[in-house]
Amino acid sequence: MTIDLSERVESVGPSGIRRFFEIAEERDDVISLGVGEPDFSTPWAARDAAIASLEQGKTSYTANRGKRELREAISGYVDDRFDLEYGADEEILVTAGASEAVDLAFRAVVDPGDTVAIAQPSYISYEPGVIFAGGEVLPVPTREEDDFRLTVSQLEAAGAADADVLVICYPNNPTGAIMTREDLEPVAAFARENDLTVLADEIYAELTYDGEHTSIATLEGMRERTIVFNGFSKAHAMTGLRLGYALGPAETIGAMNRIHQYTMLSAPTTPQYAALEALDTCADDVREMVEQYDRRRRFVLSRFREIGMPCFEAKGAFYVFPEVPSGWSSEEFAETLLEEQGVAAVPGDVFGEGAAGHLRVSYATGLEDLKEALNRIEAFLEEHEPIASSADP
Amino acid sequence: MSEREVLELLRENARYSTADIARMTDLEESAVEATIESLEEAGVICGYQPVVDWDELEDERVRAEVELNVMLDRETGYGDIAERLARFPQVTALRLVSGDYDFDMEVEGDSIREVSQFISEKVAPVPEITQTVTHYVMTSYKENGIELGDGDDDDRLSVSP
Repeated sequence: MTIDLSERVESVGPSGIRRFFEIAEERDDVISLGVGEPDFSTPWAARDAAIASLEQGKTSYTANRGKRELREAISGYVDDRFDLEYGADEEILVTAGASEAVDLAFRAVVDPGDTVAIAQPSYISYEPGVIFAGGEVLPVPTREEDDFRLTVSQLEAAGAADADVLVICYPNNPTGAIMTREDLEPVAAFARENDLTVLADEIYAELTYDGEHTSIATLEGMRERTIVFNGFSKAHAMTGLRLGYALGPAETIGAMNRIHQYTMLSAPTTPQYAALEALDTCADDVREMVEQYDRRRRFVLSRFREIGMPCFEAKGAFYVFPEVPSGWSSEEFAETLLEEQGVAAVPGDVFGEGAAGHLRVSYATGLEDLKEALNRIEAFLEEHEPIASSADP
Repeated sequence: MSEREVLELLRENARYSTADIARMTDLEESAVEATIESLEEAGVICGYQPVVDWDELEDERVRAEVELNVMLDRETGYGDIAERLARFPQVTALRLVSGDYDFDMEVEGDSIREVSQFISEKVAPVPEITQTVTHYVMTSYKENGIELGDGDDDDRLSVSP
């Protein structure tokens, strides 16, 4: 006999990234621009604090919502950095990565048949998360001519006025787009007018290279309808430690905690010690990493300009999103580039609508590798120039 | 400001090309060149050297940290003694420090005998020097901000969301 799988699970295929990963893994000379996590190690002080907590035998559960000290530190940090005011008692939930927080939010606010609008291109987990929660996905494509920012006209065109929930992620994976306060105002107004709950994934907030990150939750009338996700994976280079958090109104966070306490109980304890130390003493490490990313970002953007691959000026996260030459699909381009030059970059299509014809290029990789990768892409373009320009009939 | 940024990048890797520095800073390449030149002329940048892990070479390289105590008099100041010592090519670094001794001197040579002889024959006899304590370097773990030995492998998945 075979075990009968649920329709929900069967309706979600494996991610397109997975397939590409398998091709890339078969070769050993690959320079990967396909990595969605920092190349830095967790700041040593944070690792050291985790080790010390293990030595002291601090390995029991914590409070469901996370260690109180950590929630207090998060409360201070998000206020200090992003003007987000959330109380440690009821408005913050520490989770196993921001991913868990996103999943909890979907399960806490989505009823079967509810429509969840997702600004795309986007991180690949939102869509399956909505489906697992029984909701319907409404993709809202963003456009390169808008620098991949979400606009009201795109929301209207997609029919998002009738949606129940809106998911946004800025700074954005995969485009590297950011949205300023001015860009967010009309989106916030749209959400208020149409009574949308907003889920704002701000995991890349620290990695903003032009001005300061603005959270949509700080806009007028938005706090009560917004859940913000953040965590330690990107800014503090703690991906494998799996620690994130959600900020929201007490009632919503309470509902998420109800699911969390039955399914996760509490976020892993050791990483909570690392995170506490990261917030206490690692601001300089974060600044240093952000500076490095920014240099690489400028380098990569300059090189794409020089080799003639159009690339909008990404100002956040650690991705740029160049356009593949006409005549190629992004998948074809990515696979041929990998095969011929050993450079892996993720085809944009896997990130949903609005991403066709683009590549996600991660610069969470050392400068020497970036240099070599860009040289190889340059060689690749030169070799394929005739094909690229004559492919369209 | 750009001076500081260029300096920082060169301290990270003095072999970055001016073109790459320009790309990373959004400066014109000519501006980067001019900045480096002015830093060199002003004596801010005094030289460029590789960071060497001697343990990876077959040839022996002996290095020692030497603590020096000196006695000053009316005619002789720290600067005079430093000048005299710094002229020896065996001395690779010389600093006046606070604490139990006065100078912190780094010495390099091809053998322990050579370094010892240098200290006993050239350094100790200097009249103002009252005491030398020599520490031979046994293993180096970090030089100029760079950790020596095998680097961390990148064990991240080659492609991830």
